[in-house]
Amino acid sequence: MDAQSFHYMRRKFYNLLALSVSVLSAGFGIFFLFWILKDVISFGLPALNGSFFTELPAPPGAEGGGLANAIFGTILITVVATVIGVPSGILAGTYLSEYGRKSRVASVVRFVSDILVSAPSIVVGVFVYALLVKPFGGFSAIAGAVALSIIMLPVVIRTSEEMLKLVPDATREAALALGAPHWKVTVHVVYRGALRGITTGVMLAVARVSGETAPLLFTSFNNSFWNFDMSEPTATLTVTIFNYAMGPYEDWHQKAWGGAFLITAIVLCVTLLSRLIVRRKAA
Amino acid sequence: MTDKIKIKDLNFHYGAKQALKNINLSVKEKEITALIGPSGCGKTTFLRCLNRMHDLYPGNRYEGEIIIDGKNILEKGLDLIKLRSRVGMVFQKPTPFPMSMFENVAFGVKLMGIRKKKEISERVEKALRDSALWDEIKDRLNEPALSLSGGQQQRLCIARAVAVEPEVILMDEPCSALDPVATAKIEDLMTDLKKYYTVVIVTHNMQQAARVSEYTGFFMLGEVVEFDFTQKIFTAPANKLTEDYITGRFG
Repeated sequence: MDAQSFHYMRRKFYNLLALSVSVLSAGFGIFFLFWILKDVISFGLPALNGSFFTELPAPPGAEGGGLANAIFGTILITVVATVIGVPSGILAGTYLSEYGRKSRVASVVRFVSDILVSAPSIVVGVFVYALLVKPFGGFSAIAGAVALSIIMLPVVIRTSEEMLKLVPDATREAALALGAPHWKVTVHVVYRGALRGITTGVMLAVARVSGETAPLLFTSFNNSFWNFDMSEPTATLTVTIFNYAMGPYEDWHQKAWGGAFLITAIVLCVTLLSRLIVRRKAA
Repeated sequence: MTDKIKIKDLNFHYGAKQALKNINLSVKEKEITALIGPSGCGKTTFLRCLNRMHDLYPGNRYEGEIIIDGKNILEKGLDLIKLRSRVGMVFQKPTPFPMSMFENVAFGVKLMGIRKKKEISERVEKALRDSALWDEIKDRLNEPALSLSGGQQQRLCIARAVAVEPEVILMDEPCSALDPVATAKIEDLMTDLKKYYTVVIVTHNMQQAARVSEYTGFFMLGEVVEFDFTQKIFTAPANKLTEDYITGRFG
């Protein structure tokens, strides 16, 4: 065998090696993902029925009932968290991209929000417990929403900043050169260009917090009944899953699977929706 | 012809680096003034002084005077929004906003404080007619501006600049990203525009300067080497450097 064909064989071998290692790693990740999905679907789907969506939980030990209050609670708390977290996050991102840029304040904000992204969510829960639960004498939906909005905030800040930065400076200059004030350039031109990207970021942040459990354990806690009062403890799907899965009754386990399926489906839908928005942007 | 803009001993620094040295020249009202010179000679830097675009970035410093209609625009406390509405700009690459063609031009119209829908439409139409774009796009005004060709985008940007009714229009190599046909259209347009506006254009294309402008300034290394009637610059330049440049011996 001459030297050239030896080198050729060696290159082919390394190519094959690299390919198989990356395929195996990808398969390893996807395998567990599909395993989880399979279990959630095969155990969760049978647990769903009409009363699951419409009825209150049955007393411990009794069969039947549903998680209507928890479904409503999850939606309520997520919506309120979005109302608090998204506007402030987008405005902070606007500051970083349009005003602060390379200033010291901006780099501090960036650094802090990067830390906040990786902060364990249970720490946020404990923080809000000390901030809103203890001083006001009880668990409440609003405390849960605040905890979720704090988790949402850094994600929204950084994605808004990145998306706004994608709008070329030439566009800003062109608008300013027309004699437009800075705020008008930001609101009417730059936001227009970044709208879809920001929407996607917001959707992903909403999807992320709607599946959080730990920060809600200390804040919105749980409730076996309907609650429409933001200052009272409120049931959510995730906390209910936590409690029911730990419980002694087979019926509870069933309901926990049903809740897991529902929350997974919600997260999937929100993610797909954001994908769809990005795809339309590319078109 | 009266002087619209008078530049006196203008020096400009990007931080520690001096980019313009002792610029003295006058821009005549309702004429086209072309600025030529090799890359990096300061023509664009000079142009961006005239609407104080450099103020957007920290560390830039002006010295000297730029007098527009008797008023020094380098004075402290000058209203930049007002200045830029009087001195419009068209950039090297087309800069359509991410919105419809109509909204692009209407953005400028609305900046003038016009709120009535009918008047906005009328002014948008007029600006588009003035920019020789109306007939090409009148049936699809609500489509995104980014769907236009490069040359059409550039004329849309000119329409947007014109819609604000400025007195001066600065053009920074407006044809460098365009093909010859689109370039010819923009050049025709410039000739129309000078009836109403004072135009200052930076160009790398010497034929273009010769074709459209009345006055030409030749820049080199941040200085004005020669400033005179275009015809004189291109037929009998006073300076050896100018002659070498326009005959293509360097640059």
